[in-house]
Amino acid sequence: MAQVRTIFKYEFRNYFRARRFYVLLAIDLLISALLTTVVGYYRPSIFLSSNLTFYSGWWGQFVTFVIILAGVFFGGDAISGEFQNKTGYFIIPNPIRRSSIYVGKWMAAYAASAITVGLFALGAVINGVFYFGASVPSQLWVSILFALLYLAAVMGFTFFFSSLFKTSSISILVTVILFLFVFSLVQTLVATLVGIEPWFILTYGGEIVGNILQVPYPVTNTIPGPGRFSLTTFAVSVPVGLAIISIYFFLTAAAGLFLFERKEFT
Amino acid sequence: MTGPSIEAVNLSKNYERFAAVSNLNLRLEGPKCVGFLGPNGAGKTTTLKIFTHLIKPTSGEAYINGQDITKNVRKALAHAGALIESPEIYPAFTPREALSEIAELRGIPRTERAKRVDEVIAEVRMAEWENKRVGKFSKGMKQRINIAAALLTDPEVILLDEPTTGLDPRGMTEVRDIVKSLKTRNKLIFMSSHLLSEVADVCDEVAMIDHGKLVKYDTLGNVTSQFSRGEGVVDITVSRDIDEVQVTAISAVDGVVSLEKLDPRNVRVRFRGGLDAQEKLLYDLVSKRIGMVSFKGSASALEDAYLNLIEDSR
Ligand SMILES: Nc1ncnc2c1ncn2[C@@H]1O[C@H](COP(=O)(O)OP(=O)(O)OP(=O)(O)O)[C@@H](O)[C@H]1O
Ligand SMILES: [Mg+2]
Repeated sequence: MAQVRTIFKYEFRNYFRARRFYVLLAIDLLISALLTTVVGYYRPSIFLSSNLTFYSGWWGQFVTFVIILAGVFFGGDAISGEFQNKTGYFIIPNPIRRSSIYVGKWMAAYAASAITVGLFALGAVINGVFYFGASVPSQLWVSILFALLYLAAVMGFTFFFSSLFKTSSISILVTVILFLFVFSLVQTLVATLVGIEPWFILTYGGEIVGNILQVPYPVTNTIPGPGRFSLTTFAVSVPVGLAIISIYFFLTAAAGLFLFERKEFT
Repeated sequence: MTGPSIEAVNLSKNYERFAAVSNLNLRLEGPKCVGFLGPNGAGKTTTLKIFTHLIKPTSGEAYINGQDITKNVRKALAHAGALIESPEIYPAFTPREALSEIAELRGIPRTERAKRVDEVIAEVRMAEWENKRVGKFSKGMKQRINIAAALLTDPEVILLDEPTTGLDPRGMTEVRDIVKSLKTRNKLIFMSSHLLSEVADVCDEVAMIDHGKLVKYDTLGNVTSQFSRGEGVVDITVSRDIDEVQVTAISAVDGVVSLEKLDPRNVRVRFRGGLDAQEKLLYDLVSKRIGMVSFKGSASALEDAYLNLIEDSR
């Protein structure tokens, strides 16, 4: 719809002018530069034994962090900021549905994030080509595709939280805490203590981005421990990972939209 | 279709248990300016927010041009422009960009957009700033851009919540002039304000609200005469300092009840009767050749009415 496109266009322009966008690019470049230096100087064998392990170590290990950062930076206060900064008052009293605003903003945030993720991929490929020549393993393309899907779910999730609050800093803080601490904590707890697969954790689903670059594909592994104890490390399979990602995406998108439709500019 | 209209039907808005607007019934129709008056916290902004989709009513309906705002925003607001509270524009945007976004959202054809944006920017006297980022603008400058946004599509219905607050004296006059010119272009303007002189100056009708309830809706003339004890009030200005001769001359005019000197060149005259008497008074004063340079109905009449009505409803 034309209005969604308009919102997208101007929101994207706004992201492009925001300091945040450049901070994120800088972080992106910093990670890439650090990796370039470390790999170039120390030549770690886990990176350099094959081009697949190279991409697995570089892209597979770090891109999920870049994705979460982008989700928080661009989505963390996308909606709450409209309330706190009163910018919503400029757009809302126009003949436009709330949903068009939400979708347009979401797409702009996604596009801006995808650029930063793309740049990180570029850094990986440039280095990969330097060490292993132009033969980029096909798994990398699949992994990039998974990363973009994962980004959509992360962005859906952060948008949902941003429409839960009316204060930018609170919604950003909550999403940061969830992604960086709560998710991994809960995942570790249920996996090690209770021994069930943490299929309800988004970051667990996101592990397919890294897993696809490993040969053989990692499997769930139970190591018998002392006495009756055993330790299980869960590895998410591609179908399960994709299911987690898409369920998170659809649920948070629907819930976020629902909240924004009902939210009042008081 | 008939003229532009705004209608509230049993409109209520509760915040928790508190009724900010309760059972408001009000129908405004046709080209005119209606002043929306009431004390702080009366429910003016709340009412206007319901009409602009910023909040939802707890019960009742709000219509613009016959379209229910909660059922079809796009139709209801298609012919309405609004300025509620003080919206902010993304600091990185220029007025031109912000207004272009609204123009696009409102479906102004691509070929006309730039021209229309130019026109409204000129109308609010911001041409000098059109390509500067909004981030560093003063409150009044932003308010001008917000007014421009409300006027962008030349809408039939215009909702304004205290449009002149934050503006400098010239800005206030300019906005009043804009509102007056809108009236001549067949617009329906619904405007809240605490400035009774402003309302008396630009509005044809007034709606008064207190504690979320409509206290009065009538023409300005009817509202003021109801509480004037059969008296009218005008403020007149003369070209030189007023002397005894002039005072005697004015007092001698048929129907004049009292005379109050506001400053050396301004007097407030109370007289018996309504508009007919006011017309005769003007004629008589002119023929007396007392050096009168201005004669206008005083806002103090509206002030009297306001104080009576608002006090009564407590
Ligand atoms: N978010 C909210 N939560 C609770 N009460 C609110 C909220 N917003 C407004 N109110 C209450 O609703 C009432 C009406 O407020 P409103 O802003 O409509 O008044 P107003 O007539 O515009 O006043 P003013 O002249 O000061 O602008 C006030 O008593 C206010 O305290
Ligand atoms: Mg108000």
